Amino acid sequence: MMTPNRALLVLPLLLFAVVAVFLVGNLGRPQQAVLKSAMVGKPVPQFALPGLDGGPGLSSRDLAGGAPALVNVFASWCLPCQVEAPHLATLARQGATLHGIAVRDGPADTRDFLAKHGNPFARVGIDRGGQMMLALGSTGVPETFVVDGRGIIRYQHLGDIKAVDVANLLRELERAR
Amino acid sequence: MIPEIGHFALWLAAAAALVKALSLAGHGVERLAVAAALAQLLFVLSSFAALSWAFMVSDFSVQLVTTNSHTLKPALYKFTGVWANHEGSLLLWVLVLALAGAAVALAPATLGLRFRQRVLGVMGLVSLGFIAFLLLASNPFERSLPAPTEGQGLNPLLQDPGLAFHPPLLYIGYVGLSVAFAFAVAAMLEGNVGPRWAKAVRPWVLWAWSFLTVGVALGSYWAYYELGWGGWWFWDPVENAALMPWIAATALLHSVAVLARRDALRSWTLLLAVMAFSLSMLGTFIVRSGLLTSVHAFAVDPTRGLFLMALLALYVGGALGVYAWKAGSVPVGEGFEPVSREGALVANNLLLSCMLGVVFIGTLYPMALEGLTGKQISVGPPYFNATVVPLLLAMVVLMAIGPWLSWKQSGTAHLPARLLPAGVAAAAATVVALALFDVRATIALLGFAAAFWLGVASLQILLKQGLTYGVVGMALAHFGVAVAILGATASGALQREALVSMRVGDVVEMDGWQARLIDVRPVAGPNWTALQAELQISRHGAEMAILKPQSRTFTRPAMETTEAGLQAFWRGDMYAVLGKPDGFGRWQIHLWFKPLVRLIWAGAFLMALGGVVALAGRARVRLPKRERGWPGAFGPQPAE
Repeated sequence: MMTPNRALLVLPLLLFAVVAVFLVGNLGRPQQAVLKSAMVGKPVPQFALPGLDGGPGLSSRDLAGGAPALVNVFASWCLPCQVEAPHLATLARQGATLHGIAVRDGPADTRDFLAKHGNPFARVGIDRGGQMMLALGSTGVPETFVVDGRGIIRYQHLGDIKAVDVANLLRELERAR
Repeated sequence: MIPEIGHFALWLAAAAALVKALSLAGHGVERLAVAAALAQLLFVLSSFAALSWAFMVSDFSVQLVTTNSHTLKPALYKFTGVWANHEGSLLLWVLVLALAGAAVALAPATLGLRFRQRVLGVMGLVSLGFIAFLLLASNPFERSLPAPTEGQGLNPLLQDPGLAFHPPLLYIGYVGLSVAFAFAVAAMLEGNVGPRWAKAVRPWVLWAWSFLTVGVALGSYWAYYELGWGGWWFWDPVENAALMPWIAATALLHSVAVLARRDALRSWTLLLAVMAFSLSMLGTFIVRSGLLTSVHAFAVDPTRGLFLMALLALYVGGALGVYAWKAGSVPVGEGFEPVSREGALVANNLLLSCMLGVVFIGTLYPMALEGLTGKQISVGPPYFNATVVPLLLAMVVLMAIGPWLSWKQSGTAHLPARLLPAGVAAAAATVVALALFDVRATIALLGFAAAFWLGVASLQILLKQGLTYGVVGMALAHFGVAVAILGATASGALQREALVSMRVGDVVEMDGWQARLIDVRPVAGPNWTALQAELQISRHGAEMAILKPQSRTFTRPAMETTEAGLQAFWRGDMYAVLGKPDGFGRWQIHLWFKPLVRLIWAGAFLMALGGVVALAGRARVRLPKRERGWPGAFGPQPAE
């Protein structure tokens, strides 16, 4: 082995000092346990999903129609989606426009689900492969996005909507106007 | 009363640690070092016993018991609950540190009494910091009066037999590395590093490494069967925090061997010894300070984080400072040719260091980026697999060749004959995987080839190089690596998976296996209720097993966990997870068949066993008769 260069021997200490400074700097930062979608603040990707039973589907153009809307990602096999269904109905009653994206689901199952738990959606898009869900940056079902009138995603709600979240979502819709 | 005695014993332990630490300065205090080490063990043990007692009798006037226990909890989990929280786990850490100190105090002082006093001094300093942290910022004996009548229960994920052993084993490993750390600092202070030092430190590194191996493997096994995600390693920052000291310890183990045998790599070995324990402390800091959210992060309190950071800066900064200051004056050891046993071991060390580097960057870079720019990125398996696996494969190639090279300078003419069986086995494995199992991914084919290459080469070393403890230990450990690689490759490349929605009575087919959902019904445990599915597994029509995956709901604290249904066959594991009902009478069932997955942990146990066998050899080498013939230490000989 060659003679150790004395300057090199200080290197581990310097590296540690850098790491230490950064660790101290990061201490006490609030924890963010959930990763928000990187799509928040960006326009909805171009898409056109077929509708249910030949009904109107959902496309990116429908989301750029001038008025803000809620886009709810759901599935018939998802239990929390059933739990949030009444709150979606409340949102619709209070004047919010809702669109649904049914992910990884058969049309018959989606139809049964909407018949049983109510259909608050103006338009429902069928996303059998779940690609649209990925394109939105959604990590699971249910999730709800606030999209403003120009098709830009303004807000993401992770998980099921609870009664306490309704007011907040209406506020976000108002802000996106 | 008993908690107060425990609290008081901890203060006494701090005093004993202080005496130990002062022995670094001399002035006659050093003669008390051994006694102080034994006293410290006694006091910490009393303190730990007092806390255990409070948990066992559910003394809810102790705040820690209230927040982490419950009268309905089974006795085993009352006891493991002692260390399944921030304060208790630190007390366990301090206990293991005291045990290691006592072991150093009682082991023969082969490097002289003064050296042992210095080692105990460094260990005293380390203990003092952690005891102070307990006493000043994380008192486990804090009372809360009036006492509540019932506790809040323990995180259900931690109510598992795996938890009974995972932290203690890991801690024994970490703390074993603290001995190597103390040896390195003491050696730098004395300017005395050589083969004798390496031989004295090697048993400590060996047992630390063996325990660490088992501890990490148990953690991985626990994640496999408890989390219900169907994987065994997720490259989660907390897993990486335990993996990094292990990689450093593996490198240290090999460089210590070179130092012991050939008196080369002196300052590199010192640096590794310092780094291995520093990474252990860094890991503890990362998971305990609230920098990360995980099942391990009990303390989400920045003042505690700052305290731990101060300790980390003191110890790691201090040791690296001593290194920067002193390592330059450590005389350079012997040289060697690139093609030699040392050359192969240096290459191994370089590859391990690269691996350490990529894991370190992958773990800390996302945190750094978020701290600097607020941007969140997620670094996961794609990065780690792409960086670690090639390095591992390169190491495997070397691991079969290295043991056939001689020390200092080696010919290569004998290698083709020696490596022929391994080469044939690797080629055969690739062909079989390609032709019979239809494996197409290059990385998987390389994995099979690597496993058989290393496995056969290790067996051959066992046959050809004679049955000494050192050779058997090395061959066993390397064989274990091959076994683990085979398990990892096969369970990944040949895995079958089905995610289905089933009604009771439905059958799902998966590659020759059938699973029939017989029943889903509620069952109850001591502190949980669960929905349990019964899945009848058959293969080509013959019934093989009944799997019982559960979705558990714990009452205190209210939380849902999955208990995977698992059945091990010789060819692999059938693994089932029960998901949610869809409200129409169907249940989500996630089914995996994981071929040879258990070899991953079997391989890890073989590695640890190899370490233990080598340790038995070291114990024999300690006998004075065997000490002849080794080159003496460089520098002034310490007075015995």
